[in-house]
Amino acid sequence: MIALGQFLEVLISGLLAGVLYSLVALGFVLIYKASGVFNFAQGSMVLLAGLALVRSLDFLVSHGMPWWAAVIAGLLFAGLIMAITAWVVERFVLGPLVNQDGLTLFMSTIGITFMLDGVAQMVFGSDVYPLPLFPSDAWFIFDNVFDGGILLNKLDVWGGLIAAVLVVALALFFQKTTTGRALRAVADDHAAAQSVGISLNWIWFVVWLVAGLVALVAATVWGTKLGVQFSITFLALKALPVLIIGGFTSVPGAIVGGLIAGAGEKLAEAYLGPLIGGGIEYWFAYVLALVVLLLRPQGLFGERIIERI
Amino acid sequence: MFYRETGQFKTSYVADMAIFPIRQDRIALWMMLAIAFIGVPLMDAFQVWPFASEYLLRAILIPFLILALATVGLNILTGYCGQLSLGSGAFMAIGAYSAYKFATGVTIGVVSLPALPVLLSILLGGLMAALVGILFGVPSLRIKGLYLAVATLAAQFFFDWVFIRVPWFTNYTSSGSVTAPALKFFGLTVNTPIERYLLCLVFVCVFALLAKNLVRGNIGRQWMAIRDMDIAAELMGIRPLYAKLSAFAVSSFIMGVAGALWAFVYLGSWEPLAFNIDRSFQILFMVIIGGLGSILGSFLGAAFILILPIVLDQIPHALGAPISVETVSLLVFVVTGALICWLLIVEPHGFARLWATGKEKLRLWPYPY
Repeated sequence: MIALGQFLEVLISGLLAGVLYSLVALGFVLIYKASGVFNFAQGSMVLLAGLALVRSLDFLVSHGMPWWAAVIAGLLFAGLIMAITAWVVERFVLGPLVNQDGLTLFMSTIGITFMLDGVAQMVFGSDVYPLPLFPSDAWFIFDNVFDGGILLNKLDVWGGLIAAVLVVALALFFQKTTTGRALRAVADDHAAAQSVGISLNWIWFVVWLVAGLVALVAATVWGTKLGVQFSITFLALKALPVLIIGGFTSVPGAIVGGLIAGAGEKLAEAYLGPLIGGGIEYWFAYVLALVVLLLRPQGLFGERIIERI
Repeated sequence: MFYRETGQFKTSYVADMAIFPIRQDRIALWMMLAIAFIGVPLMDAFQVWPFASEYLLRAILIPFLILALATVGLNILTGYCGQLSLGSGAFMAIGAYSAYKFATGVTIGVVSLPALPVLLSILLGGLMAALVGILFGVPSLRIKGLYLAVATLAAQFFFDWVFIRVPWFTNYTSSGSVTAPALKFFGLTVNTPIERYLLCLVFVCVFALLAKNLVRGNIGRQWMAIRDMDIAAELMGIRPLYAKLSAFAVSSFIMGVAGALWAFVYLGSWEPLAFNIDRSFQILFMVIIGGLGSILGSFLGAAFILILPIVLDQIPHALGAPISVETVSLLVFVVTGALICWLLIVEPHGFARLWATGKEKLRLWPYPY
């Protein structure tokens, strides 16, 4: 029973960690779907949103605002920052680059990454800022079933809940609102969407804004977990295998990909790690992604790639 | 007026197939080579202004040459064959660590090799990188574009881990960092910066010539056909397996040699961090800013990306602005990012295309058309 309990503990913590990766991966998927841009800057957007949130929070609390009001004001302020970012990116970088090939757009988002990293740290500071937004203490479940129970982190559970809410909200937004439908139309076919009167510039602004808000949500969870700091930008690299496994174009894919990558990583670390030397969670998700690619080049949920001459 | 090929008639096939068919290009090239091979050592010997300290050679010219070599390598894969790769750092690391193992004597199974000469070790390092490159090139037969880029990231992260975790590669040093053996070539010891510079220069010239000839030959045309439309190329009888894997092999070989040079000649002693993901991105930047599918562009891109942060770092100093070191490094980040975006907007095809347009203008000058 101990072995099973340990297995479940690793599995569940892996699944929950995977959901946290999905939070970052979701931002990639949104932008890729609507504009075909592979947005490498998502990690930096998480950093920017997190810094804006935590710094405004500190400022407001030190000026005597009650905690709950400061949180709301901080979230609004960070949301405003993300909106400005979205507008600037659309207006000055992606707008002029319209109709360039994917590689050029990808490179330009790396340029954006540098700019966001630099500006965010110049304006808001470059230390490690703790963000105590969610409880992050240990939590034992099933301690009557297994000896010692299963150890979970409450924060991970919160992360799972938030991700679920976020996915539902995104699904509603895409299915029920006019803007959401316009987004889906643009994702299907740029030219056709334009011909029925959808403004591409507006849509791209909206999509970067939504990705920015998703980054803000990711920042609240990851900021609580690690503290808001520069290394949070490396989450972009953690989210890449998640994207590959799930497929670049699928929101459910990002979630399922995250679950697979997270669970695979933690299980491999726990059971394979001792055999070949620790630290394999560093690359295991990538190898997993490589295997998925060899079997299904478009990822598990991606749209089938059809090529014509 | 000066740059016009009028009156230069070709009377043989050899002349028609020359690498540089225009006389002005040849003259310019020979002049550049003369400056690089004779001018720079002379200036160094007489301590002329920019060479008065070793800084220019040590911090700019040597890294420029080595990174330009790596950029040529990646350009063959990404620019000529169209296979996006983010694993350059890993291939450079494989070159560096294999060269190190060969140069310090390696035992594989029952075969125990003595410490090999440095030149042979560097080339063998390139060969090992080529073998691994072929292995990681196999997925390219099924996937392409950004998916392939992520697949090559798997190589990057895997080898980062391998060189940190497997002590065999570092000859069981406790710190994990290794020191290159003395650089002896045919009895000559390469030690001073100018000697190191000349060594890199020879390597770069040989491999740039090799690359230039490869890409204009049969195999290079196959690569470009695959890049432009792989299905059509396949229908025309080009074997994708052979073309793609050969591009991976050649490119990784060059990157491996560049990695070995980076470790042996530039760094001297190094740890796995020297070849991390940032290095891969830096080289990809150089390829794209320089121009995909251009050997000349590789050099221009390498110069730009390498020198830009150094220059930006100096500007606030020169102006005497009271800015802290940390702010300066952040500012360099911002300006670099902005310049990259601006360059991509102004000329998405990189410096090589700017040069091509400039040549066209020169040809017509002083008339507009």
